[in-house]
Amino acid sequence: MTSSPKLFNTVNAVLIGIISILCILPMLLVLMVSFTDEASIKQFGYQLFPTELSLDAYKLLLFGSTPLYRSYMISIFVTVVGTILAVTITSMAGYTLAAKHIRYRNRLGLFFFITMVFNTGLVPWYLINLNLGLNNTIWALIIPSLVFNPFNLFLVRNYMSQIPASLTEAAKIDGASDFYIAFRIFFPLCMPVLATITLFYGIAYWNNWFNAIMLVDNEKLYPLQYLLFKLNSEISMIQQMQSSGAILGTQTLPQESVKMATAILTIGPVVLFYPFLQRYFIKGLLIGSLKE
Amino acid sequence: MKKSRSGFLREIRSNGSAYLLIVPAAIYTLVFGYFTLPYMLIAFQKFNFKTGLFNSDWVGFDNFKFFFSSPRAWEVTFNTLKLNFLFIIVGTIAAMALAILFNELRSRWFSRVTQSTILFPHFLSWVIVSYIIYSLLSTDYGILNRILAFFHVDPVNWYASPQYWTWILTIAAVWKDLGMNLVIYLAAITGIDDSYYEAGRIDGATRWQLIRHITIPLMLPTVSILTLLALGKIMYGSFDMIYAIVKDNGLLYPTVDVIDTYVFRSLRTIGNPAQAMAVGLYQSVVGFILVWGSNKIVKKVNPDHALF
Repeated sequence: MTSSPKLFNTVNAVLIGIISILCILPMLLVLMVSFTDEASIKQFGYQLFPTELSLDAYKLLLFGSTPLYRSYMISIFVTVVGTILAVTITSMAGYTLAAKHIRYRNRLGLFFFITMVFNTGLVPWYLINLNLGLNNTIWALIIPSLVFNPFNLFLVRNYMSQIPASLTEAAKIDGASDFYIAFRIFFPLCMPVLATITLFYGIAYWNNWFNAIMLVDNEKLYPLQYLLFKLNSEISMIQQMQSSGAILGTQTLPQESVKMATAILTIGPVVLFYPFLQRYFIKGLLIGSLKE
Repeated sequence: MKKSRSGFLREIRSNGSAYLLIVPAAIYTLVFGYFTLPYMLIAFQKFNFKTGLFNSDWVGFDNFKFFFSSPRAWEVTFNTLKLNFLFIIVGTIAAMALAILFNELRSRWFSRVTQSTILFPHFLSWVIVSYIIYSLLSTDYGILNRILAFFHVDPVNWYASPQYWTWILTIAAVWKDLGMNLVIYLAAITGIDDSYYEAGRIDGATRWQLIRHITIPLMLPTVSILTLLALGKIMYGSFDMIYAIVKDNGLLYPTVDVIDTYVFRSLRTIGNPAQAMAVGLYQSVVGFILVWGSNKIVKKVNPDHALF
């Protein structure tokens, strides 16, 4: 009896340790392969502890004039602009839906809510984008995803409706407009929830490749994730990188490691921000699950 | 009538700037939500991109007949339901069990560190996950076949063996979302009043009994709400995930092709929007019934948690 709780604690910790390692080990495998010498991959396959290390893949990607740069720029642009627009639109609408002095707020809420419940699916979405002329423009990567999920809107609304109505009333008496109240009073008070949806939108934009596969045929507009998606099947794309990366000369093409190195570079920014990301993400999930 | 109209005008006049704030979001929802509705009509047309929605020939239910008379209709419907059920059931059990284990963890720093590694896959795109799966399963270089070779087992051509993919996709889905569900369930456990446990301990309950009779029953409301919400979306088979991992690998269709990927292919690869819409309409209607039905059940269980 005395040793059993101790035993349980140890077994429990070991079990959790193993699960948490299993969650990052596969990613470490990809990382190691990206540093592996191509000949060594051909001989031993992908390895967690490669016999022969090499930076060839990264040299090719970073110093050749590869399409990777362009895709990076596209992805950064799309993520930054998309997130700013989406957060602004969402938080402004959240204010109106939460403000108690607005008579039609519930009806407006219903207006947004119906689209959440009844999904018309892929084909109408595709056709409306074509009709708006968004296909093969950079806006195809931004505009159709501006409100990824009305869930974010309701998250903001719920958070804002906790702010006492007397605050709005006092500001109104002082002659403030709703614009002023929203931007100067409500938004600063709602930083936790706004930071949360910024992360939700930011991650969603960074990881999005669906819009590209649906609406973009022009290689110059490929965001990173879509470039990566294409790379897996198309060796010609790596050859295109090779032809412009003169440094490697006649060496064999490091196909396998280039693929994995591209994957690593694609998640680079996410890993960089990870400590910050996960703290807010957990907070955001809590806001979402407790107040919903 | 006249009175309410002037009330409407007065409301707009006095709170105009508040209504302006909602205009961008409303336009967006109008265009991408409501204006998409008429396009559902092309399911009954021989749709032509050139002539458009209003000038294409009507064909009645031909597009539906085409889909439902092919064996693929049953196959993709079955796969959609099968995969999503597995994702929900296995995912929920795994996250619940893990949350209970985490709750028993004594060391705070260890809990924090392991939580962040378990949450990590959630931030990866499915394209990246497809690379991870490829690095494990690739026939030539994949680590799994090398391990099999080490134990003198014949290598498996994974990407040509549909029988394994139901579980490969399930593991991938559970793996990716484990961290997120863990956080939610841990929050549910933390919300449980400590006095229950104290009372239990005074009565001499063992650790297992506390879990069995207090933690699990009090987690169930959260679990059931999340499960019912997920059930509502069951007709939508995570296109992002399946298409990133499987692409157009026809060998795997028998077990992994779902309605979403089928619709995508009809639209973009085969280029028949009307047929794609017919299948999409079937998906939307069944999906809507499921959302509506699961909401009804949630309402019965706990009115506060219903969506509408």
